Amino acid sequence: MNLWNDPINFVANWLRGLLTSRGLANGFATVILFFIGIVVLILFAMLLDIFLVWVERKVVARFQDRLGPNRIGPFGLIQPFADIIKLVIKEDITPAGADKLIYNMAPVLAMASVILLWAILPLASKIYGVDLNVAVLYLVAAGALGTLSIIMAGWASNNKYALLGAFRMVANMISYEVPMVVTLLIPTILANTMSVKGITDAQSSVWFVVLSPLGMLIFLISAIAELGRAPFDLNEAESEIVAGFHIEYSGMKFGLFYAGELLHAFTFGGFVAMLYFGGYGVFGLEKFVPVLQAPLVAAVIFLGKAMVGYWVIMWVKYSMPRIRIDHMLAFNWKFLTPLSLVILVVTALASKLLSGSPTWLAALVMFLTNVVIAWLTIEILRGVGRRQRRLEQSLASPASPLARHGSE
Amino acid sequence: MTPEQIIFLISAALILASAMMVVITRNLIHAALWLVSALFGVAVLFAILNASFLAVVQVVVYIGAIAILFIFAVMLTRKEMRDRGSQTRSSWWLPALLGVLILAGLIFLIFGQPAVNRTAPAIPAGVDPLRLLGSALVSPDGYVLPFEAASVLLLSALVGAVYVAIGRKS
Repeated sequence: MNLWNDPINFVANWLRGLLTSRGLANGFATVILFFIGIVVLILFAMLLDIFLVWVERKVVARFQDRLGPNRIGPFGLIQPFADIIKLVIKEDITPAGADKLIYNMAPVLAMASVILLWAILPLASKIYGVDLNVAVLYLVAAGALGTLSIIMAGWASNNKYALLGAFRMVANMISYEVPMVVTLLIPTILANTMSVKGITDAQSSVWFVVLSPLGMLIFLISAIAELGRAPFDLNEAESEIVAGFHIEYSGMKFGLFYAGELLHAFTFGGFVAMLYFGGYGVFGLEKFVPVLQAPLVAAVIFLGKAMVGYWVIMWVKYSMPRIRIDHMLAFNWKFLTPLSLVILVVTALASKLLSGSPTWLAALVMFLTNVVIAWLTIEILRGVGRRQRRLEQSLASPASPLARHGSE
Repeated sequence: MTPEQIIFLISAALILASAMMVVITRNLIHAALWLVSALFGVAVLFAILNASFLAVVQVVVYIGAIAILFIFAVMLTRKEMRDRGSQTRSSWWLPALLGVLILAGLIFLIFGQPAVNRTAPAIPAGVDPLRLLGSALVSPDGYVLPFEAASVLLLSALVGAVYVAIGRKS
């Protein structure tokens, strides 16, 4: 064991030796080591978050044909620090009639629900917080805490727009949790485990995006909905409810919501990479190129993949208009949920039937099954659209528009 | 004291204090949030007991459901959401007595168990408790019947809710 092959355990063993040589019991040394590990992980996530502010602003500027921050430091890299100083020295306002404790707790909880996710994110085969055997469910549980923070913010602000934003968020989360859980089950079935490390290792020969491209798409869509980013950002729709749940927050409390959202998006980019794009693996190349197995290199690969996922989420956010709330719910309940259930059943059956056949055959068959499902879905949607159009035409042509309105 | 015991004591204190606050507080929203804290403490207890599945499900199901409870609390009550009446009835001593009796009975029963002083055996390496739980839920000599019955019950509740909510087309 050395620093290159197993950095975390190397440092941990060294520290443990240091602590126990001073006469500390082994159990307490373990607790202290865990605390140090947690603090280091959180610090890493938060430092990354500062960088993400810059990335987000730079990328949105490119999508909108602007330059973005470019004055302070090379490529505007120092800009986030200037932003942080500004946020910290701003006046901290608590609105009259707000529920002080809940109001102040909400941004902390919002950030914490994101940080919690980092506990299970495997950066490399030997760099991870904890390898839970229920990691996939843990992801959903952390999401529940995130919803709670938004409701707390919305309610405690004593502002009707904030409350409306919180209500919308709950409707959003409760609906999109269903396809998200179902598509989380697909990697679980394919890898035969809920541990994120097991899921990553199961993709060493073929990535799950090949086996279930539709599952990946639905997971991405419901992840964007869970993040509350455009086109699902109804909880902060500025044209309707000003700023939604964080309307009353100022200074660093707003900063926590903002930074939490960015880090959340990046984390979900990481989860997409981990569940469907092989995590820290590189097409199984790491078996032949030992340098790719080194934890630090693998962590860089994983963070790169997560960044690509984050970029796709940004790409969607800055190119899509916000959808209406009834469309959002209909899209989820009438389209995503049935489709994800069909994919789940088909994937479960196919993976069981093909368990004995060679990998390339199984991958090919499962990919083709997904293509067939996609084609059938598009055909059904076209049929429904055509019927609807005919209905509208037959209703619209003979009578006046008023008569049609009355019949609904 | 081992670290586990310290964590247990902290979370037990958290559960008891939060459960008291759920009943005592006059603000409905605060009661819901105290309930979250109590249920979170229970999740911590499950985690200490190596029951990671139950711990996570506790958070997903109960804390996730609090979000809905919250909305009902806001939508179904008046703006103030404060109950100004007395919080106790004249016969409050009766349930208190009953509670103390049940507590005494439980303590008596638990200390009557032979296993009370034993520490839990460590889970042997290579055994995944989650896997055991999963196969027990669906194996015929396990709990497949209760599992399926609960599923059918939930499905019928779902169908019933849809039927109630769908309304009559006029």
